[in-house]
Amino acid sequence: MAKASGWNPRQKLAERVDQLHNGQLWRSMFRPGSIFRRGYADSPRNRAYVVMNSVLYHLHPVKVKRHGIKLSYTLCLGGLTFFLFILLTITGIYLMFFYRPSDIEVYSDMQRIHTQVSFGLLVRNLHRWGAHLMVISVFLHMARVFYTGAYKPPREFNWIVGVILLLLTLLLAFTGYLLPWDQLAVWAVTVGTEMMKNSPVIGDQVQFALLGGPVIGAETLLRWYTLHVLFLPFIIVIFISIHFWRVRKDGGISGPM
Amino acid sequence: MPTPDEVFEQVLAEETAKGSSPAVAQGRAKAARVRAQRGAKNPSVPDKSTAPAPSSSPESSGAASAPATQPESKPAAAATQAKPAAAAKPASKPSSGAPARKAVGNGSGAVPERVQRLLAVVKPEAIQKVERQPMDRVNVWPHLMAAEMVSLLVVLATVTIFSIMVDAPLRELSNFNQTPNPSKAPWYFLGLQELLRYFHPQVAGVTIPTVIIIALFAAPYIDRNPSTSPDDRKLAIVLFSFFMLTFAVLTIIGMFFRGPGFNFVFPWEGGIFFEL
Repeated sequence: MAKASGWNPRQKLAERVDQLHNGQLWRSMFRPGSIFRRGYADSPRNRAYVVMNSVLYHLHPVKVKRHGIKLSYTLCLGGLTFFLFILLTITGIYLMFFYRPSDIEVYSDMQRIHTQVSFGLLVRNLHRWGAHLMVISVFLHMARVFYTGAYKPPREFNWIVGVILLLLTLLLAFTGYLLPWDQLAVWAVTVGTEMMKNSPVIGDQVQFALLGGPVIGAETLLRWYTLHVLFLPFIIVIFISIHFWRVRKDGGISGPM
Repeated sequence: MPTPDEVFEQVLAEETAKGSSPAVAQGRAKAARVRAQRGAKNPSVPDKSTAPAPSSSPESSGAASAPATQPESKPAAAATQAKPAAAAKPASKPSSGAPARKAVGNGSGAVPERVQRLLAVVKPEAIQKVERQPMDRVNVWPHLMAAEMVSLLVVLATVTIFSIMVDAPLRELSNFNQTPNPSKAPWYFLGLQELLRYFHPQVAGVTIPTVIIIALFAAPYIDRNPSTSPDDRKLAIVLFSFFMLTFAVLTIIGMFFRGPGFNFVFPWEGGIFFEL
C-alpha cells in the first residue's frame, strides 16, 4: 500500500541526509577529505584522512613507528595523564558550580556536595581519586621516559618541559588539597607550607605570599582556589601544548631500546 | 601491446619474484600501469620512450649545455632511467596517489606541447630509499587510536568503580586550635616530611628538594651517553632506580609506619594513621 502511493519514509530520510551532507552548513563544518564529508570506507587513504582532516592532526601524525604502538613500550602513560587531566577539568568544573571559596560557606558547600547535589559525591570522588592517579601516572611516565632513554638528544628540552609539568601537577594537587577545608586539608597544607618557611633568607616572605598572611586563613583559601581553578590550569595547558608539539618536532616517539 | 592491467600484473609478478616487499611491488606495478595507460592514450608519443624525453625535443637540446646533452648518447637508457624515477614518486605515497598521478599525466600526456627541461637527474635508488622508509610505520588510525581508546576506557572504568566504592575523605570542619595527631602532608610530600626526621629542616625541606629538581632538569645534559640500550647505561638506570626507590620507601614509611607524634609504628599493631 505504502509502496503504491510512493510514500517511502526510508528513501525520504536518505534524501534528507543527502541534502544535509551537500548543504553549506555541513560542507563548511568539515574539511574537504574529511570522513564526515566523503564517508568512510576502510582504505589506506581514508585511514590517513581520519587524522589528517580533523583536529586530531594537532595531536597525532598520520603514521607512527610500529614499535611505538607496542603497549609495553609506553604503557600509554603520557596519554593517560592527559586523559586524567581532561577528566579532572570536567569534574572540577562541575564541582565549581556548588563551591564557594569563602571560609564561612565552604564547609557547608562541601557537605551539600556530599548530600544534596546530584552525583555530587561521585563527581568529588572522581576528582580526588583521579587527581591522585594523575600524580602517580606523571611519576610513572617520567620513569618510563628515563628507562627507555627517551630524554636523550634531540629530546632533552622536552624532558625539561616534562619536569615543569611534573612540578605543575604537584602544585595543582597541593592547592586542591586545601579546598575541602576540613581538618585533613588544613593541617596537611600547614605541614607542607611549614617546609617552605625554611627557605633561606626569604622563607617567611615565601610563606606569607603563599598563605596570604602569617597563617592559613580565609585569604589562603581564596588564593589557593584561584591558583587551583584558573592560574595553574592556564599555565599547565600552555606547557602541555609545548610538550605535545615538541614530541612531534623532535621526531615522534623515541626509537626502540 | 599489453593492456595497462596486464602490465600491472606482469610488473607485480616480477617485483614479487625479485623479493620486494608487497607495498613496494604494488607501488612499482601501479607506476608501470600509469605509464602504460599514458602510452595508450597518446599514440603520438611512441610507447618505448613515453618519458618527457627532454633531450629529444628540439628546443631543449638547442638551449641545453653540454651536460644536458649527455643523455643523448644513450637515449633509451636515459628514458628508462628517468621514467621510473618520475613515476615512482606518486607511488611512494599510496594515500595521495590519485591527485599526484593525475598531475603527472597532465604534464606529459594531456598537454603535449608543453616543453620539459631537464633540471635534475634523480637516481632510482634515491627514490627507493624514500619508499622503504615508511615500511616500519603504521597508521595512527586505527592502530594507535584503538589502543588509546581501550586504555582510556579501562582507566575511566577503574576510576569510576573505585569512586563508587570508596568515598573521598571529609573530616570535621577545620579547627585551628586542634592539631590532629599525627598531621601529615599530602602523600606526594610525605617523603620530604619523612626526611625531616633525619635532617635539619633547611636541608630536608629546601636543599634536598632543590637539588632533586635541579638534577631532574639537568639529567639529559649530565648523561651524555647517546645509547638508549639498557646494557649501555647501567649506571644511569641504577642511579635513577636507587633514587626512585629511596623516595618510594620514604613515602611508604611516612604513609603507613608513622603514628601519633610522627613516631614509628607498625601498621598491623598500631593501626594506619593515613588518609589520601
